[in-house]
Amino acid sequence: MRKLISIAAFAATTFAAAAFTAPLSAEDIAITGGRAFTNGGSGEVENATILVSGGKITSVTSGGAVPDGYRVIDASGKWVTAGFMASDTTLGLSEVSLSGGIVDSSAPKEKNMIGVSVTPAYNPASTFIANTRIEGVTRAMTRMTNSGDMWLGLGAVVKMTDSDAVAREKAFLVIDLDEGSATEVGGSRAVLWHKLNEKFQAAKDKMDKAADNGDDKKDAKRPSAEDVTMKAVLSGDIPVYAIVNRKADIEQLIAFQNRFGIRVILSGAGEAWMVADMLAAAGIPVVLDPSANLPSNFDLLARTSAAAGRLHAAGVKVAFIPPGTQNARLVVQNAGIAVSMGMPWDAAMDALTTNPAEIFGVSDSYGRLAAGMDADVVVWDGDPLEVMSSPDAVLIAGDDIPLVSRQTKLRDRYQDLDRSPGFDR
Amino acid sequence: MNKRKVFAPHTRGRTESWLKTAATTVAAVALLAACTPGDGEQGEYVEIDRDPFPSSYTPLPSGATLITGATILDGMGGMIEGGSILMEGGKVVAVGTDVSAPDGATVIDAAGRWVTPGIIDVHSHLGVYPSPGVQAHSDGNEVGDPVTADAWAEHALWPQDPGFIRAAAGGITSLQLLPGSANLVGGRSVTIKNVPGRVAQDMKFPGAPYGMKMACGENPKRVYGGGNNSPEYRPSTRMGNVAGYRQAWADAQDYQRRWDKYERDYKAGKDVLPPSRDLNLDTLAGVLRGDIRVHMHCYRADDMGQMLDVMKEFNYQIASFQHAVESYKIADKLAEDNVCSAMWADWYGFKMEAYDGIRENIPFVHKAGACAIVHSDSSSGIQRLNQEAAKALADGRKAGVDISKADAWTWLSLNPARSLGVADKTGSLEPGKDADVVLWSGDPFSVYSKADLTFVDGAVIFDRANPDNNPVMDFELGQPGEGDVK
Repeated sequence: MRKLISIAAFAATTFAAAAFTAPLSAEDIAITGGRAFTNGGSGEVENATILVSGGKITSVTSGGAVPDGYRVIDASGKWVTAGFMASDTTLGLSEVSLSGGIVDSSAPKEKNMIGVSVTPAYNPASTFIANTRIEGVTRAMTRMTNSGDMWLGLGAVVKMTDSDAVAREKAFLVIDLDEGSATEVGGSRAVLWHKLNEKFQAAKDKMDKAADNGDDKKDAKRPSAEDVTMKAVLSGDIPVYAIVNRKADIEQLIAFQNRFGIRVILSGAGEAWMVADMLAAAGIPVVLDPSANLPSNFDLLARTSAAAGRLHAAGVKVAFIPPGTQNARLVVQNAGIAVSMGMPWDAAMDALTTNPAEIFGVSDSYGRLAAGMDADVVVWDGDPLEVMSSPDAVLIAGDDIPLVSRQTKLRDRYQDLDRSPGFDR
Repeated sequence: MNKRKVFAPHTRGRTESWLKTAATTVAAVALLAACTPGDGEQGEYVEIDRDPFPSSYTPLPSGATLITGATILDGMGGMIEGGSILMEGGKVVAVGTDVSAPDGATVIDAAGRWVTPGIIDVHSHLGVYPSPGVQAHSDGNEVGDPVTADAWAEHALWPQDPGFIRAAAGGITSLQLLPGSANLVGGRSVTIKNVPGRVAQDMKFPGAPYGMKMACGENPKRVYGGGNNSPEYRPSTRMGNVAGYRQAWADAQDYQRRWDKYERDYKAGKDVLPPSRDLNLDTLAGVLRGDIRVHMHCYRADDMGQMLDVMKEFNYQIASFQHAVESYKIADKLAEDNVCSAMWADWYGFKMEAYDGIRENIPFVHKAGACAIVHSDSSSGIQRLNQEAAKALADGRKAGVDISKADAWTWLSLNPARSLGVADKTGSLEPGKDADVVLWSGDPFSVYSKADLTFVDGAVIFDRANPDNNPVMDFELGQPGEGDVK
């Protein structure tokens, strides 16, 4: 991978600290002169002029003129991409996860959370959001991770802005079908799969019965959130996000999808590469952490960092899980790791942009640098997947985000050690 | 308050009889003073065997190997373009631009590739919290008492942890295996060479001093304060933590005085019995004697500040603060007191004491002239410590700290070796040192570079081009994924 020389990286880190709490909105901005990748890792445009107005990208051209009134961000010698997306986090749902107060992504005693949406719990002021977005990750899938059974409710896609942050709520239904879930649900996978199938069969029967009754409204009462959710899943409006790792369980999942004719996203997916062809044939995308390669339990014996490349080669659409929510930004390093283990660079870039946009149902507004898309644009000082690269500018839905966070403020405070740094504001 | 209960493990009923047995079977060695003045017969002089589980490590067979045409980071801040390194007899023989191969040497053309000292991870739980991480393998925290200096990581070390091989693929040649951080004093660590063995002793780094794990802050007070793991309900605060360390040191001082007095009396010709053996205090006293190095899990600057004073009060040296997320706030004090900081590049925020982590921690500690180390505490992170150093280096440069790649490599090998007390044997590419060497496919500060060859004592322990030659742990035999590229 060719590396470009960083020119203005240092200057950019001290930029616009005063504007931390007041990002500019709907400004007309032109990003000029960069090497842009407009469609994931492809669609390369040299000397790109990207025009942003009203929060949207209005045009992407090579060498295009900048209209009057546009503020120019000079990206000469730099790389320009769509903002990246972390595909499995609890961003905005948790701050300090251990002994630090409430963790809204976890409801360990609650059961049957089929209709529960995370959106009301989402907090765009979480410090992790600023820490993440200044590293070029502008979107995230966020969801609950823990309940008293297999049902983890309805997750969302968020953009990492200070307001108007939920890009798509109730975007998918999360079901944990892994070892830990089976332990909660009857203590056996036999019980887990039985209950899953029973739940779906009952919901399908209910839908069929309602359809048979046609326009008979005598009996019409407000449907429960669970009914609405199950109907959305069974009619294909939203997918199931299924957490499964073991090969045998993934085969069960494929059969489950076929049985009910639903859309499924496979997450975790430790041994998914072993059935890559079946997943490709079933049209099931895979969301995984490419850095994970240890047999951490008996569901993960065949796990390897080569999985992302193997799944991609088989025609499976792949997106990446970061190593933890506070480090959601490291989803970019994870993409680099996938490349080092055999995934083509452009495919790894797709897995950070266009793939999650399609998988989570936001591709009409996010994922590419193209007219009409939300202006999530990042200017990088080098190959974005390199661990020594970082953004010089980050736009989210047209807002030029100051590269400032609680972490950068601590950094600046302790640049020089003195007796009482707290006075240095 | 019953301090004795808290700090003296020999009072615990379950282990008492075993400890008594151990005390009576202490190796009796070194009959001193053949002629003693005056008063008749003396019993056998009892001296505690300081090395009852000796290393049985032997280097794997190796021939002479010459790597030529590489970019070499010598681990001491030097960089050689078009450099060569000759390894023979398990040692580094020569490093430079004009090195010739002896007859029969394997010559590797490394044009475009990089050579570095092997990475040393000072914080790993491989073997004691191995994969698979099932309950049966949870061997890292002896939580029954806040001070368990009598627990030794090597006694739980499962040599079949697949994590060792993954770490070798990441260029790890030596590592310190530690007990967990539940306790105030978790027990002894062990430093190993990353070479598969049948028993733990086959992996032990010959001549490496022992370490002892301690922990500040949230973990001990959480583990014991609820009463679940100790009927004492203490420590439940940071006050209780510090009281616990200090009482443990005071007990160790007392114990050492009793042994010193026994030695004096015996040498004076008296017929004296040795003090009762206490395995907990054996290790703590070993620290006070300077034989055992303290590696202390400590996140917050103020926690570290307290420990620097405890260290002075009881006259021992803390070799390193581990995790040290806030070292950047007191890097000058750490430099002054000669304490290393073993740090992540960017892990933070998962608990309150990790909330103030910044990405420039490592370069800021380096800038202050203190000893900076990149560590993992993770079976995943240990596979890519070169990338962790790269991130820290980049973040430091962006914050105006000008550090070369050659200097940054000291975070990965020489500084760790110093903190473990093995810098005379490994950690840099100097003639006479162990040939613990990595040949990288390219610049190791790139995410795309990987270890092509990892050498320990001159022998290849990982060869990316020949996966069939790489070790497969017993656990993975006959399982899905056996021998796969990982």
